[in-house]
This record gives sequence, structure tokens and C-alpha cells, in this order.
Amino acid sequence: MANSFARSLAVEAHDLVKVFPPANVRALDGVSLEVEAGTVLGLLGPNGAGKTTVVRILSTILGPDSGRASVLGYDVVSQADAVRRTVGLAGQYAAVDENLTGRENIFMVGRLSHLSRKVSSQRADELLEDFGLSGAGDRVLKTYSGGMRRRLDLAAALVANPPVLFLDEPTTGLDPQSRQSLWAAIEDLVREGTTVLLTTQYLEEADRLARDIVVIDHGRVIAEGTPAQLKADLGTSVVSVTLGDRDAMDQAVALLAPFSEKAPVIEDVVVELTVSDGPKAGADVLRALDAARIPIAGLALREPSLDDVFLNLTGHKTTIDDEVEETAKPRRGLGRSRKSGVADGKDAA
Amino acid sequence: MTTTAITAPVRLSQPSQGNRLSWAVSDVMTITWRNLLALTRTPEALFFTTLQPIMFVLLFTYVFGGAIHVPGGHYIQFLMPGIFVQTVIFGAMSTAAGLSEDLHKGLIERFRALPMSRAAVLAGRTTADVVRNVFVVVLITAVGYAVGFRIGTNVAYFACGVLLILFFAYALSWGFAYIGLSAPNAETAQVMVFPLIFPLLFASSAFVPVAFMPGWLQAFAYHQPVTQVVNAARSLMVGGVLHDTGAVEAALLWCAGLLVVLAPAAVRKYRKVA
Repeated sequence: MANSFARSLAVEAHDLVKVFPPANVRALDGVSLEVEAGTVLGLLGPNGAGKTTVVRILSTILGPDSGRASVLGYDVVSQADAVRRTVGLAGQYAAVDENLTGRENIFMVGRLSHLSRKVSSQRADELLEDFGLSGAGDRVLKTYSGGMRRRLDLAAALVANPPVLFLDEPTTGLDPQSRQSLWAAIEDLVREGTTVLLTTQYLEEADRLARDIVVIDHGRVIAEGTPAQLKADLGTSVVSVTLGDRDAMDQAVALLAPFSEKAPVIEDVVVELTVSDGPKAGADVLRALDAARIPIAGLALREPSLDDVFLNLTGHKTTIDDEVEETAKPRRGLGRSRKSGVADGKDAA
Repeated sequence: MTTTAITAPVRLSQPSQGNRLSWAVSDVMTITWRNLLALTRTPEALFFTTLQPIMFVLLFTYVFGGAIHVPGGHYIQFLMPGIFVQTVIFGAMSTAAGLSEDLHKGLIERFRALPMSRAAVLAGRTTADVVRNVFVVVLITAVGYAVGFRIGTNVAYFACGVLLILFFAYALSWGFAYIGLSAPNAETAQVMVFPLIFPLLFASSAFVPVAFMPGWLQAFAYHQPVTQVVNAARSLMVGGVLHDTGAVEAALLWCAGLLVVLAPAAVRKYRKVA
């Protein structure tokens, strides 16, 4: 379609393949993706899907077996040095030197990015300030908490003001508060024009930060689009009824089950129904409950969450949820663990 | 929507050859700085790696020394060059552990994503080792003096002896770097090194004259680098009856040979694993 708006791509990958010996695991089996300049792409997938391998190839740490990729037009293989001067990388392992202070870590990365001593040292001051680490700047990293390490890792990645940022599961293992503050920092960077490629297992994270999402599993892209598109493709909504009277539960379930396309999901006094036409189903449900004189404490209509999308695409939940489910019994249908149920709150209509 | 890729470089200028070289030197210096700084942050480690050779000096001087007969009759004179070599070998073990730690904690991954010289991670590590060795050798010399060691030649020769030992340690560092990059973790790296250096160090002329050993062991002891380096150090630091003609040349050849083999091997390993 002819359009006067030309998009400019900051990151392009075409048909990346990577096979790891000795077991010849096809970590990547033809992954293609594009990140438009100034936007955030969320690379979503369970553990072992190949997310980190994509990031490692794009940041020149690893060479692809076939396929090609470029960052701001620089080929990641033949122009690796230029790519390294363009990209900031922050990883899930918080690659920082434990024996150095926060300030020394940033200074070191600045020097290794070939900034002068003076600029490296100025940037260290600025970044420590920006990330709320001024007070801890002269402490050795061994004394930092997990959240502080991640922030320092991100700060170090920003020392040379890279126009493109790769974040490999930046908030995995962080407490909710640290995650929030890291998200806010990433949003600030994007507002200032930084292009971000973010891998995550947290659907909530992708939903909040990413404009576009690529879902990969077993080294292949299985879906892509905006969060809204992915949810719309699922083609269902969820009607969530909170009963006012626990004793009426059996009666209510029997009454409401016919409205749902899948078996209703029951949690405490909440019954959730999967429907194709949300508003119509909502009205029908309300009428039916009223006619049967079953009191309700709440009724909510919500779009499917990325959790639902993910489950539908991969047949399994994200690893984070799997961890929860190791102790709790897996639930079928549109079941969500309590954890993601809370996260879905903001989707409630 | 039309899609166009950005092809024009943003704010990047190609570095010139001269720039590249000065950057590589700067990278090595930065990594050296970082390794030395880390050393000062774990003073306990430095303390104990220094304490060990001091205990060896005392042990051999006062416990074993009386039972060991050496040419010239002054065991401390015989012992100290051996202790220097032992100290730098034990010190180099930390290269293996340190590099292994950097590798497995993801630090080398970060380095690889930076526009820095690839060789700087290893070169900076081995350079930091040299600096640490200078410090330790000076300290051990002082301890030696306190228990009766005296330079038998002159200060210039002694300094040459020290340089030779530092050169040997530098060559070994690359070998230990190789081991560090091969080990699954830092702890394993540390114990992997031990069975390697133990026979080299103790089946050598470092603590006892090789002539005391059984014939089959002598053959090994004479023809391995530690003996040659220790003999050369004795010739340069003490001289007199301990002078061994040709040892300095042999030691230099060993060091150069080790460096030529071990450094490229370590660099290759680094390229492969990191």
C-alpha cells in the first residue's frame, strides 16, 4: 500500500538460524523481525524459546549460522564493531563487576566504549543520579540488592548514549517495586527516542512497554502484532461475574455455563465465561441472574490478556506461571493463576 | 506503509588505524586497572596468597632446611630463588579462577558487546598479574632478608633475575587463562590447576638439589621449565657455587616457547567460549 509515511527500521533480522552443538539443538529456526526506530519491540517466549540467542546475535556476541541481521544499517557480522558502538546491552544476569563500586563499573564501561576519562566519569555521576543510585555509587556491588544491580546494569549499558538498546529479561526475578522503577526508566528512554528490543517472559511487561510483539517458541516466530491485535486475533472476551452469595454458586454455574464457549473457570466466588461477543453476553448474563434472583457483587467484561494469547499460541503458559503451577494444580481452559489474575486487573472493563 | 531501512550511519565515525591501536592499549589498561582494583577489594585473598610463600620460607628455613644439604652450605641462599618462582606460580592460579568467574558471571559477555579490543580481556588480566607479582616479589625479598638471605651477585643481576621470573610468570598466566576459560566454574578452575603445577614445582630444583632425586625423576626434573627458571634465577641472584652455566639461556628459551604456545591457545579458547 502506497503511503507517504516511511517507517525507518532500527533493527532488522532475516531468517536467523542458529544450531548449537553437540546436541544440534536448533535454537533459532528462521527468525525474522523488525524494530521500527524509536519504538519498543517485545520478544516474547517461554524459557529456551530462543529469545536470548536472538539478542546475542543482534549484539554481535554470537554469529548466526545463516540469515542476516543489521542494526541501524550495520551488518551484525561484517560490521560488528559499528554495531557495538551503536547498541547498549543489559542482560538478565546483570553483567556487572562485583568487586567494583557502582561508579567504577559505569566508568569502566565508559572507558571501554572509548569515552574519555572525563566524560566517563561525568556520565557515571549522571547515570547514578538518574537511576537513584547516587548514595550507593561508591559502594562495592557485592552490597547491592538484585534490583540495584539491574538498575546499575542498565545504567552501564547507557553510558555511551546508545540509540538502540537490547534488554534481555531486564526484570526477571525482581520484586514488583523494582520492576516498576525499571519500567519507568525504560519508558523515559523510549520517550527520548531510544529504540528498544526487549525479551521477556512477563506478559504484563510486554503489554506495558512494547508497541509491537513477536512471540517465539522453539526457535520460530509463532505470532506477531501489537498487543491489541494479538488479543483481537484470539477473538474472545471474558465475562467475569462475582457472586454476592457463595451458596448460590452451584446454581449460578449451572445457569451461566451455556453462555460460555469453554468450561467456566471458577475461583472463589468468581465465575469467568469465555464469550465471543462480550457486551451481548454481559447483558444476557445479567438478565439471567436477575430472573433467577441470584445476587451479584460485581460484573466485569475484559478483553483477553496476553496470558490468554500466549496460552492459546503455545499450548502452555509462560515459565513464570509454570513455576507457580509446580505447587498448584494446572488449570485448563482460560485458567489463570492468581498471580496473572492480579496483573490482569488493569484490563478489566 | 513503506518500509525503509536506515542505511546512513548515525553519529559514527570510522576509527583510524592509529586510533585503533591507542584504543587497544587503553582497553588493556582499563582491564588491568579493573583487575588490580578487584584485588584491593579482596585484601584477604591477597593476604593469604602472600602469607603462603612467607610460611614456605619459614618452613624450609627452620624446619626442613637443616636436613637439606646444598652447594655452598647456605640453604636460605639456595631457597629464595625457588620461593620467588613458587610464589608467582601460585599467584597465577588466581588468573584461572578470576577469568572463569568473569566468564560465568556474564562479564565477558558484556565485554564482547562493547567496541573494545578482543585481546584486552586476556592481556589486561595477565598484565595485572605482572603488577601483582612485582608487589609480592618485593615483599618476599624483604622477608628473605629478615631471615638471612643476601644478594650474592649485585642489584642489577638480581633485578634481571626478578625480570626473568616475571617473564616466566607472564608466560604461565596465559596457560592458566586457558584453563580458566576451559573450567566449568571458578572453584573447579582453581583445583584443575593444582595437579598441573604440583609436579612441576616440587619435582624441580626449587627446594632441593635435583641430584638428590632418584635417576628417573632427575630426567624429568632437569628437563622442565621450573628447574631451568629457578637455576637461572639462582645464577643471577646468588651466583657463586649456585651458578649454572647456560641456565639463563635455557630459561629464556622456555619462557619464550611457553608464551608462543600458550598465548595463542588462550586467545583461541577465548574466541571460542566467550
